Amino acid sequence: MTQPILEMRDITKTFPGVKALTEVKLAVMPAEIHAVVGENGAGKSTLMKVLSGVYPHGSYDGQIMFEGDERKFTTIADSEKTGIIIIHQELALVPLLSIAENIFLGHETAKHGVIDWFEAFARTKELLKKVGLNEHPNTLITNLGTGKQQLVEIAKALNKDVKLLILDEPTSSLNETDSNALLELLKGFRAQGISSILITHKLNEVLKVADRITVLRDGKTVDTLDTHTAKVSEDRIIKAMVGRDLSERYPPRDAKIGETLLEVKNWNVFHPQRADRQMIKNVDLMVRAGEVVGIAGLMGAGRTEFAMSVFGRSYGKKISGEVLIKGKPTDVSSIPKAMKAGLAYVTEDRKTLGLVLIDHIKHNVTLANLPGVAKRGVVDDMKELQVANQYRKDLGIRSSGVYQTTVNLSGGNQQKVVLSKWLFSGPDILILDEPTRGIDVGAKFEIYGIINKLAEDGKAVIVISSEMPELLGISDRIYIMNEGRFVGEMLAKDASQESIMRTIMKSWEH
Amino acid sequence: MSNLDTAKPSSDFMRFIKANVRDYALLISLLVIMVFFQITTNGTLFMPVNMTNIILQNSYIVIMALGMLLVIVAGHIDLSVGSLSGFIGGVAALLMTGTMPFVQSASLGFTLDPYTTSAFCIALGAAIGAVQGYFIAYHKIPAFIVTLAGMLVFRGLELQVLGGASVGPFPKTFQLLSSGYVPDIFTVQAFGGPFNLLALLIGTIVTLMIIYFNFKERRTQLSHGLAEEPNAIFIGRNALIAIAFIGFSFLMAQYRGLPTVLIVMFALIALFVFITTRTTFGRRIYAMGGNEKATKLSGVNTEKLTFQIFVIMGALSALAGLIFAARLNVATPKAGQGFELDVIAACFIGGAAVTGGVGKVIGAVIGAFMMGVMNNGMSILGIDIGWQFVIKGAVLMLAVFLDVYYKNKG
Repeated sequence: MTQPILEMRDITKTFPGVKALTEVKLAVMPAEIHAVVGENGAGKSTLMKVLSGVYPHGSYDGQIMFEGDERKFTTIADSEKTGIIIIHQELALVPLLSIAENIFLGHETAKHGVIDWFEAFARTKELLKKVGLNEHPNTLITNLGTGKQQLVEIAKALNKDVKLLILDEPTSSLNETDSNALLELLKGFRAQGISSILITHKLNEVLKVADRITVLRDGKTVDTLDTHTAKVSEDRIIKAMVGRDLSERYPPRDAKIGETLLEVKNWNVFHPQRADRQMIKNVDLMVRAGEVVGIAGLMGAGRTEFAMSVFGRSYGKKISGEVLIKGKPTDVSSIPKAMKAGLAYVTEDRKTLGLVLIDHIKHNVTLANLPGVAKRGVVDDMKELQVANQYRKDLGIRSSGVYQTTVNLSGGNQQKVVLSKWLFSGPDILILDEPTRGIDVGAKFEIYGIINKLAEDGKAVIVISSEMPELLGISDRIYIMNEGRFVGEMLAKDASQESIMRTIMKSWEH
Repeated sequence: MSNLDTAKPSSDFMRFIKANVRDYALLISLLVIMVFFQITTNGTLFMPVNMTNIILQNSYIVIMALGMLLVIVAGHIDLSVGSLSGFIGGVAALLMTGTMPFVQSASLGFTLDPYTTSAFCIALGAAIGAVQGYFIAYHKIPAFIVTLAGMLVFRGLELQVLGGASVGPFPKTFQLLSSGYVPDIFTVQAFGGPFNLLALLIGTIVTLMIIYFNFKERRTQLSHGLAEEPNAIFIGRNALIAIAFIGFSFLMAQYRGLPTVLIVMFALIALFVFITTRTTFGRRIYAMGGNEKATKLSGVNTEKLTFQIFVIMGALSALAGLIFAARLNVATPKAGQGFELDVIAACFIGGAAVTGGVGKVIGAVIGAFMMGVMNNGMSILGIDIGWQFVIKGAVLMLAVFLDVYYKNKG
């Protein structure tokens, strides 16, 4: 039996308050395409960061063996020197530099600081040929599509004498043809003896190229499947990915569903910078009073873009479609108008879009409804204080007081401050975007309780979440989104993680 | 300070001092600088005539610093304020004297009275601010670029409208804007000369009002169990305010009383303190400077807000230009040159953050006077103008460095 080229032994990585990886094992053979799959938050990216030295040796437990020796990487440069190259989801190219400049960025073909452009061009041409990209080395990155940019990244990796190539969601923003070309490229590398780790959500691709598959769930290795020794199906993988019980993680609730509060019809949105790229395609959505509606989907499905474009066109260009509030066509084309119509959008990105981090809780809570604590433009300090204290108590914000700066709060408490802000704006329809991202289990349960309370009070709640169990646990009805479309809709009681996953996978196949 | 408080050195006391160290450090620095120059100038600094001069010399800087503070808190900058004030001074001169120096031996054919002129000029300043604000707010062109362009344009326009010459003098009523004093109805002979009792009276009344409001606020805070400031500091702070204000008006009373411009300046400072601390408008500026995206997503019309701030800045620059012209009794092509630097420096010395979201009106005012006292003191000492620049630059650098250093440490 051959020796694995890479063996990660019992990797455990802990963040303050969260155990991200628990004794994870991963072995990659020479000349193998190894897929790593798992739900969002299962620990795939963390594992790759451990491997590439983003989290340096010593910040985790366990061993990394590469080509038979133990490696203790402390920086990305260390792992690159050994031949482990990672290509991230967000490409790390400089858009206004040329292909050649990008490929040689950081180790230019230079003598005494003077670049030898002839050599750079010659070598770039050679590398581009290897990855099958027919472009001039002088072309600027910004003029290439995402698929070609991906190939430049790979060419850049080849330039560094790669032995193990790690691709993090390489095809998530590629179309079918580009995806297939990329997968063929990986097969070509395999023939040359280069191993790859492929991290992806697209199980059909996994089955197309992978020799072996490691499944992660909740930071643990749950399964390693060999596609050559046994017939592996998508269902088999999905089962391994999601198999866990849901009992007692969600507060019980009794839905009393009323009239329709919000309807969105035939909604289309284009990318704010690239006018030809349609981000949202013909989406129809409806939500009623007292109802919690989930939007499921993988990262990049367009859920946040959809929500923000509805909320006062805070995302996108060339937006078309109709919004009806309580059955009446309503103008929600600016944020103040959307708020007046009763909408609130609680962002997934609390730090950059949700909070004024340098300010304290009190000022953040009232920001969206200052007139509510002011008379003729003059803020009533005492009233504001009462409001802030009330929300601090009601939502259980743990802090030294309402004068604590929000930057010093934990994720869960920051989330509660953002929620307070929107609750105080008095909305009828709340869109909660990843309301429990990055917060601990206890705080999650409290947030679920708040969501239940809102629905009980007759509000319509839309929850966007990448955690499928969460959506199943708290929603009444679930829309499934993929690549800018709603590709399915099911009642939560009829839905399962498998059925949602299957709907997403199916939408990819055609 | 009462014995009671010194007897129990509570941790609250130290914690409060620590949390507000920036404010105290600023005030103490101003006092240290004043005492330093009082000693080195052999007592000239605090002479009534010199104190009056410092007020007159710095009023226009302080007035512009009020607007600049809003601009900086909002996360922008305005480099055009000096040129704009100079240009407005020039326009005012033409309107009041009826001359047209930019056309050979022509005249306007009419003259305007000082009141109409002032109103027109302030409106013109606001309109110019609106144009700059429009590009910054609605086209997202960095304020640095827009106002740099404005700085050049208004500097040029100032030269053009004045035809490179000085235009003046102005009607008496206009000069009063800068050299007038509140009429002395109670002048008595005291303290070795005529003594303007009214000035002392006004000073005392203002002091009592400030202390009254402070105590009122304190009472509300106490009733809600919110008084963070320890008693000793509260009383000490009010005592200091009383000493400063009454002492200052006492000095003023020994010369010619309270300058009109001091009243204007004081009213504006009070207004801007109110705007920044008590109004929704002010609150939104701080929120926008702290996180523009989050503020916009919270339903605040950030474009309109930015626009309004630059309109205010334009109007204040115009007022400052009028005051400066009135003070010299002539509009010169060099008026306003370099003012923007003093104004911006005042805000940063006063603790405003370049990144926006942080800064206090009182800080900017103290910063402006710090620069003013240094200018005045160094001039009395006869320090070369070159070294004056060097020293002012060093003080600015030191103030901001200490600010950043302690922020990163704490």
